[in-house]
Amino acid sequence: MNKDVTFALSSAGVGESVARGQLDRGGVAMNNKPATFTLDGKTIPFSAGQTLIQAAMAAGVYIPHLCYNPEFKPHGSCKLCTVKADGRHTSSCTHQAQDGMVVESDTKEINDERRALLQMLFVEGNHFCPSCEKSGNCQLQATAYEIGMMSPHFDHFFPDRPLDASHPDYLLDFNRCILCSLCVRASRDVDGKNVFALSGRGIKSHLIVNAKSGRLADTGFSGEDKAAHVCPVGVILKKRVGFAVPIGSRSFDEQPISATPHPGPAAATLPPHPQGACPVGPRSNAATLPPHPTVKDV
Amino acid sequence: MNAETKKLRVATTSLAGCFGCHISFLDIDERLLDLVQLVEFDRSPLTDIKTCGPCDIGIIEGGLCNAENVHVLREFRANCKILIALGACAVNGGLPAQRNHLSLSAILEEVYHAQHGLVDGFIPNDPELPLPLDKVHPIHEVVKVDYFIPGCPPSADAIWKVLTDLLAGKEPELGHGLIHYD
Repeated sequence: MNKDVTFALSSAGVGESVARGQLDRGGVAMNNKPATFTLDGKTIPFSAGQTLIQAAMAAGVYIPHLCYNPEFKPHGSCKLCTVKADGRHTSSCTHQAQDGMVVESDTKEINDERRALLQMLFVEGNHFCPSCEKSGNCQLQATAYEIGMMSPHFDHFFPDRPLDASHPDYLLDFNRCILCSLCVRASRDVDGKNVFALSGRGIKSHLIVNAKSGRLADTGFSGEDKAAHVCPVGVILKKRVGFAVPIGSRSFDEQPISATPHPGPAAATLPPHPQGACPVGPRSNAATLPPHPTVKDV
Repeated sequence: MNAETKKLRVATTSLAGCFGCHISFLDIDERLLDLVQLVEFDRSPLTDIKTCGPCDIGIIEGGLCNAENVHVLREFRANCKILIALGACAVNGGLPAQRNHLSLSAILEEVYHAQHGLVDGFIPNDPELPLPLDKVHPIHEVVKVDYFIPGCPPSADAIWKVLTDLLAGKEPELGHGLIHYD
């Protein structure tokens, strides 16, 4: 009985899609017409091996994404590029196009899910756009505009993530990291330096610098590196050019991200902020003060 | 006054904000004249009324940095049919929330006691002063908020769009150029 059920499932589902995918859906249809799929009703041509997002971008159709960058092997982690392909949720940056596939992307259902993902990214880090030199050039911000994210919705984590301003030319502000791994991929695969890595698991995942001290100054990182130019948010920032282009005149102030086919991360940075614990003076009356209430105590 | 001409009642306040959003609100300029045909103001820095009565729309600038902010926010929520978070600080805590990764006692020490040039400084502890919260919070973490207008400050056009959409009975929507977090 169990065997029969398994066989029935595989022949109706997985087996069928593998057969269709490998034999007659992989780029050229049987009748030698160029292979196509539909994206929100629009016919998109593709060549063998192309992913859904590659074919969509080539056709000038925007699918929201953050960890995907056409220059790099896909990572499939941010899930912003999720679409419904033949009724199933999948990352369009990793899913190969198949002939006749019906893909939905710009729908209320999927955009609502994308908005929730964006809101989680915003509350997990510290994203204070008014004081961020990347504002206006930031793909996270621009994608949130595109999806119409009016509020962060969830409770904020307000994590403590100290800056690394040790490098003479570059600043790392980990508060804004969305774990897209583009700097990891660029440093490893293009620069051959392995300066960055993602460490920890789950909510403890974080970006680390591959040096004994953990400081960027103690790595071979340089402004010439690919890794210096791929951050989609405001983590890896060139010093002393932060407001060379004023807020209000930046890429996504001029046009929405959906009209910017390959948003190039424009380097924009602030000088480093002084860090360090506040010194405690010798005659403090702190011990005599009442405890400070949390918002739940009021 | 008959039903057709009954004006909507609007209250506004600034909690842990800088009043920049109120200034931006006033930047709707001569459209204020159109607005006062449609609304009248309850509690607001513009009227100097101190407590909020029953209102149609409440507009909150700023987040929550002390106990009084929370009381005022709850007063607004209890009295306003529609509550709007106006500006970055109300929406996500904004600049004041950038103290959240530091301990409050360390901040008070630094500001009132240890900073260079302070002699015999002490941390204010008058019972009339509202106690600071241990962390700054955006307002949606404490009460239900119906609409959000992000921006630091939101542009006058963004504020005008949301208000006129609401007055027209539409769901407010900010397109490209009006939605800004900076």
